[in-house]
Amino acid sequence: MSKEHKQYLHKVTKRKIIIHTLQFSLLGFLLILWQVAADNGIINAFISSSPSRVLKTILSLHNQGTLYHHIWVTAYETIISFTIGTLIGLVIATLLWWFDILAKILDPYLTVLNSLPKVALGPIILIWCGANMSSIILMAMLVSVIVAILNVYQGFCTVDQQKLKLMKSFGANKWQICFYLIFPGSLKNIISTLKLNISMCLIGVIMGEFLVSKEGIGYLIMYGSQVFNLNLVISGVVLLAILATFFYTIVSIIEKKCISNNN
Amino acid sequence: MKNSILHIKNLKKAYYTLKKETLAVNNFSMELHSGEFIAVVGPSGCGKSTILSILCGLEDKTEGEIFYHDQKIGYMLQTDALFDWLTILDNCLLGLKIKKELTEEKREYVLSLLRKYGLSDFINSYPNHLSGGMRQRVALIRTLATKPDILLMDEPFSALDYQSRLAISDDVFKILKEEKKSLIMVTHDIAEAISMCDKVIVLSERPCTVKKVFDISLTNKSNPIENRKAKEFADYYEKIWKEIDYEQRT
Repeated sequence: MSKEHKQYLHKVTKRKIIIHTLQFSLLGFLLILWQVAADNGIINAFISSSPSRVLKTILSLHNQGTLYHHIWVTAYETIISFTIGTLIGLVIATLLWWFDILAKILDPYLTVLNSLPKVALGPIILIWCGANMSSIILMAMLVSVIVAILNVYQGFCTVDQQKLKLMKSFGANKWQICFYLIFPGSLKNIISTLKLNISMCLIGVIMGEFLVSKEGIGYLIMYGSQVFNLNLVISGVVLLAILATFFYTIVSIIEKKCISNNN
Repeated sequence: MKNSILHIKNLKKAYYTLKKETLAVNNFSMELHSGEFIAVVGPSGCGKSTILSILCGLEDKTEGEIFYHDQKIGYMLQTDALFDWLTILDNCLLGLKIKKELTEEKREYVLSLLRKYGLSDFINSYPNHLSGGMRQRVALIRTLATKPDILLMDEPFSALDYQSRLAISDDVFKILKEEKKSLIMVTHDIAEAISMCDKVIVLSERPCTVKKVFDISLTNKSNPIENRKAKEFADYYEKIWKEIDYEQRT
């Protein structure tokens, strides 16, 4: 390795260290600022809570043994709705690609459904399915499935025309075009849809838990706000942030695994 | 004279839109003999590519007759269209898999082609590890894998830079001659047409029809790069260029 190359690598590493250090310092700084401001009465700790109070709340939930139950409920609902939503999205997108007349017919419906805020359907779902987990899962599915359909279908349609021509020149039938070209060719797009979908599902699940209000992190937040316990509300938000990051990381790992084998 | 292997008679192709009918090809006739290389040149947008699309069955003809004489057709596109997610070998086997003709023997044939044309180190690599010229060679082998008798090329090198273009046209020429194939090539590059082919068909403006046919005879005819040095080269170039350009000015 040449001296210049070493210098270059050194520079890159140094930059990385600086970025990471500053990222953590920023978090630490904000937390300390929040804590100090709350301790000295600059902000009202009753309505703005403080890092130590949040920590205490989480610990007490842990001691009561309900912490993991709530996290698990939210995670479970997200995983189920994500799996079902993604599968339905893939199947419908494939159908739309296969029968392009269907895509034309359904186009205005999909557009309307996509722009409709799904939370508006909450009360209806609640009445139809009752105040239970199936309502929440249905809610989350509705939030994610339309976006999934539109994204995946879009990906299917933007497959390279030259490749399509190539397949046809070999006399490929629709099944073959689908399995040899459309699916593998849209893998990147499908995975980015997964990323989007996991956060969509989490939104849906929390919305559902707000409405159903029985268990889960959404319930903790809702309950906290109703009894004016801001410590509980903010603890819920923190837990949610951790859970969201966790899911996102998993999808990112899947992405790396899938994409790396052809690079 | 060698026997005729492909005969096109009075081919006609029309496209329809809501507003009008556009005639793309009108009264196009040609004959291809075994081992012959024919270039089709013409003003851009005149419908050259349409003829190839019809020949390999991507589009239907409106009128006219095509006699294939039991010849298999292989098609090579403007870009290499290699699938990034398949290895070089799998890319080359694609046509065989789709036609459900993949046998151990044919697999061996493809492997032998890959080895013969300098790709043995890349059999299990993915396309993005290859240079543009190598990718084009892979695309050619993918087409050759189904053992076509006639190759149709639609501006096959237009996505490459000039240097690679010269080199790969030399490569392709040698490979096709060695494998004893016949060729119909659509191009807008007159020099490429003269240096690679035995015959150049000049088409008119849309709707395209045969305007003039040049039989290319060069002294010391060899590979495309050498052919460019032949003394008749400039003369043909001039004549063909005028033939195309004349139409555009009127």
